[in-house]
Amino acid sequence: MKRVAALVAVLALVGVAAWLIWPSAPEVRGQEQRIAVVDGPADDQRVEIDATFFAPPGGGKAPAVLLAHGFGGSKQSVRFQAERLAQDGYAVLTWSARGFGRSTGQIALNSPDYEVKDVKQLIDWLAERPEVRLDAAGDPRVGIAGGSYGGSIALMTAAHDNRVDAIVPQITWSDLADALFPDATGQGPENGVFKRMWAGFFFGRGGGPIQGLEALTRQPEPLSAEEARCGRFLPAICDIYQQVAQTGKATPEAVALLRQSSPVAVAGRIKAPTLLVQGQRDSLFPLDHADANARAIAAAGTPVSLTWFDGGHDGGNGEADWLHDQTTAWFGHYLKEDGSAVAQPFTVTRDGGRDPGTRQRIRLHPEAASYPGLGGTATTSVTLSGPEQPVVNPPGGAPASISTVPGVSGLLGGGGQSNVSLSLDMPGQSASFESAPLTAPLQLTGSPTATIKVSGKGQVTLFAKLFDVSDSAQPPTLPAGLVAPFRVTVPEGQSSVEATVTLPAVDHAFAAGHRLRLTVATTDMGYATPAEPASYQIGLASPALTVPTVTTLTAPATGLAWWVWALPLASIVVAALVLATGRRRVRSGEDAAERAGEPGVPLEITGLTKAYRNGELAVDGLSFRVEQGQVLGLLGPNGAGKTTTMRMMMGLIQPDAGEIRIFGDLVTSGAPVLSRLGSFVEGPGFLPHLSGRENLELYWAATGRPTADARFDEALEIAGLGKALERAVRTYSQGMRQRLAIAQAMLGLPDLLVLDEPTNGLDPPQIREMREVLKRYARDGRTVIVSSHLLAEVEQTCSHVVVMHRGRLVSAGPVSVLLSEAVPTNGHGPRLEDVFLDLIGDKS
Amino acid sequence: MTAATGYAPRRTLPLKVEIVRQFKRRRTLVMFGLLLALPWILVIAFQFGPQGGGQQQATLRISDLASASGLNFAAFVLSVSASFLLVVAVALFCGDTVASEASWSSLRYLLAAPVPRDRLLRQKLIVALGYSATAVICLPLMALLAGTLAFGWHDIQVPGTGETIPALDVLPRFGIVIGYALVSQLVVAALAFLISTVTDSPLGAVGGAVGLWIVSTILQAVEALGALREFLPTFWNTAWLDALAPELDWSGMAKGASVSVTYAAILIAVAFRRFRRKDVVS
Repeated sequence: MKRVAALVAVLALVGVAAWLIWPSAPEVRGQEQRIAVVDGPADDQRVEIDATFFAPPGGGKAPAVLLAHGFGGSKQSVRFQAERLAQDGYAVLTWSARGFGRSTGQIALNSPDYEVKDVKQLIDWLAERPEVRLDAAGDPRVGIAGGSYGGSIALMTAAHDNRVDAIVPQITWSDLADALFPDATGQGPENGVFKRMWAGFFFGRGGGPIQGLEALTRQPEPLSAEEARCGRFLPAICDIYQQVAQTGKATPEAVALLRQSSPVAVAGRIKAPTLLVQGQRDSLFPLDHADANARAIAAAGTPVSLTWFDGGHDGGNGEADWLHDQTTAWFGHYLKEDGSAVAQPFTVTRDGGRDPGTRQRIRLHPEAASYPGLGGTATTSVTLSGPEQPVVNPPGGAPASISTVPGVSGLLGGGGQSNVSLSLDMPGQSASFESAPLTAPLQLTGSPTATIKVSGKGQVTLFAKLFDVSDSAQPPTLPAGLVAPFRVTVPEGQSSVEATVTLPAVDHAFAAGHRLRLTVATTDMGYATPAEPASYQIGLASPALTVPTVTTLTAPATGLAWWVWALPLASIVVAALVLATGRRRVRSGEDAAERAGEPGVPLEITGLTKAYRNGELAVDGLSFRVEQGQVLGLLGPNGAGKTTTMRMMMGLIQPDAGEIRIFGDLVTSGAPVLSRLGSFVEGPGFLPHLSGRENLELYWAATGRPTADARFDEALEIAGLGKALERAVRTYSQGMRQRLAIAQAMLGLPDLLVLDEPTNGLDPPQIREMREVLKRYARDGRTVIVSSHLLAEVEQTCSHVVVMHRGRLVSAGPVSVLLSEAVPTNGHGPRLEDVFLDLIGDKS
Repeated sequence: MTAATGYAPRRTLPLKVEIVRQFKRRRTLVMFGLLLALPWILVIAFQFGPQGGGQQQATLRISDLASASGLNFAAFVLSVSASFLLVVAVALFCGDTVASEASWSSLRYLLAAPVPRDRLLRQKLIVALGYSATAVICLPLMALLAGTLAFGWHDIQVPGTGETIPALDVLPRFGIVIGYALVSQLVVAALAFLISTVTDSPLGAVGGAVGLWIVSTILQAVEALGALREFLPTFWNTAWLDALAPELDWSGMAKGASVSVTYAAILIAVAFRRFRRKDVVS
């Protein structure tokens, strides 16, 4: 026990020590910097950029990473990621873009004349730093990462500055005009539907999307008149925004201005390997923006990988850790050139069900060795059906259907863990066309297309969306909450027009039995819709809905962890060792078990010693011998070691030294010779819920010996319980249990009977009877050992006596001899009591 | 002649005898009564409770679907009882078995009969595991019977997505669930059995096993432990839910079974080792 405790303590100590000295991540310190830059179309505007430089903690020269923030943020919002990257061994520079945080200047939306020039000068600045590794003089080894606004500066800078060696742009745009004026029929932003709410957030003074509760709970600060009008935007941008927001139509000037800030025109010039990370839950910059960027960059022969992760401007999980791993792998491969395995050309995050242990949602990341585009590697045609349906555009465009509430869905979605979208269609404003229940699961990856027929007059603004309808009581789900807005014009003189609509790109699994439902609505809360009331007929021009699938996407095989099979095997080995080393040791040297004893001697005890746990000897060098036919009294005061000796006779306790032989056989635990021993030691032991008879029968059955050998009748006669034998033992009196226990000891009429205080709790007639029973028992050639502290008892029952005191043998011999040696006192014959007290008195 | 006539160590304490010895105990009968009555009590509770109305929920919980069919009901009963009731039942059968003999003093007479110590433990372990397995099996079977009589024999609805799987396809899956429940309870059984050989107090053995189980459940909630939690005996307790998912996923159950078997093998080996050397003084 002590050894076990010591082992546990040592293990605990080792664990704590290991935890204390385990190398913790190196500390990273940021140095505040004010970096002066000059930009503007004529290179005449001085701007001070507020930046923080994180030197690589290991010292020496390391590749640099520029980490850009999102719209409305500042260098503070990426501080955590910057520290993490720096700990991975990069020199990291974060900065607040012009017009944000404590940098001066105005927002020019990542224009090549402004922000791009700023970042080029930040790269110049990095080239001067002693901590930064250089490819050539003035050309640092540098990568750029960032999300949204920060992602687009990564793309724009890489297109304009070939010193950039790798970029990881996240959730960003390809064409800002197309993002704010999308048109699902492919007629360009001039024909697009104004993404009113997102644009409002984007251009509003509040500085972009509401991100988290923090923005909602922060105390609003009062604004100046100019700030309230334009915020920190460049006035030219502010003016154009105000114009388009009023009309809801993109003017050519507006499109030109937004395109200037878009990678779409320049992405072909990017030479830096690019990892594009786009969110599946993003109604601001949906997946088709990453698609456009990826195709443009790949066309120039630059390595590009595309990842659709569970996140985006509408929430989702965000997968911060996984993205960090992907980013560091990309930079590790292309900046450090450390041989990190980079992401495959196409990776999609999918729901992997729940972790069996934590029951948390887990995500799988199937990969494909090539990027198939939004059309997939194959297509499935799903037949939709439904009649032409009348729809109306409500006056004023209200109430509007709800698909995604920009900036808020992320808050309500509970971190986007559930796939449920807030989706609501107003009655009379939408037409729906449904497929038959799917016979097999359908994994949609990309943009489905459908051809719709619109009957009516003039320009018609519509929103197409694809629902997943299950048969149960659950509401239909709109994957990622995305809609495809489009505008068609019914030509003069015709009653209808057909349009092929490209539905939003998503990755969604339609389960077997579910149906696909195409809904075309006249309103959507996130978009500007015409105020004039109107009515149209919507029908299907073709029943086929083309659903792209990507068959090459396969999840890397996870396989079973090695320990699943190793652990049980190891444990079985350990268990075998535990058992093998736990055998009772046979005392060496004396060959005790081998030496044959005398089979005729019922009991022979030699040098028996047993210590209590505290070291005090309970039995101390006890030796005596019992011959056949004797009734031996084991006499001694309480604590003399009688019971301990008897327990050792039964094999319950292992002696520390010496040995006990019964009929010549050494007594060990479970030694077969014990079957010739009947015992009653320290009170009865019965199953209280069983009757006396059942107890005896089951006890005998437990010995495994033939029922006929038990001699139940003789034993039960001794017990003398009569009808009480059928009652549960728990109802018995002390005396009844005692008699039953003695009867149990006599079952099978054992050759050696050991009884501990057998007359305790018996009344005088029973005591007398018991005496006779014992004498008779020994007369048939059997041997009886009776322990007692009642001297009169021993005197009347026993032929021989062993007197013990404090674990030692005091005297042994026939009762008659013991008595004859004693000196008669005051006229009476010698009594055992006197002899006994004499003996004890002498020794103590 | 070293042994009495007719005595053979391998015939001592036959399983049949040990089964009878344990069966007539009030504790055994009450536990089985409870396990067999629980499904009916739940059926009555569902009959009285307000119907429907819970359909707005984003995801269907297992309890929302309990009254959908007999199979759903049985899954629900298992989910509410696996984490505690079955643990207590298994701990009772395995923790009580040796400790109660010690407390009745009958242990020493069995050992002096003599039943060899290894054999005594082996026979008791087999019978205790047998009773535990019967308890773990009879609860879901009775739930299946009660649920089918009360709610009918329909296809099973999967919690979470609400998909349906044909009833006949699920039946073998249900067997997997019960099988996994048995394997995962092996840890409790082994732990209770080990404590049972150490203490003389039957309730101490049962309480100790259940207590350590609770501690493990609490530790499992400490996310700071990270992947270490996978090696807690309780961590994979609910992995059987994967057997009812549309896509049968073995990985969680494999890990759970691995952890369970590992603990059980070592704990049982320690129990035998300790008991062999122990001085029986009760």
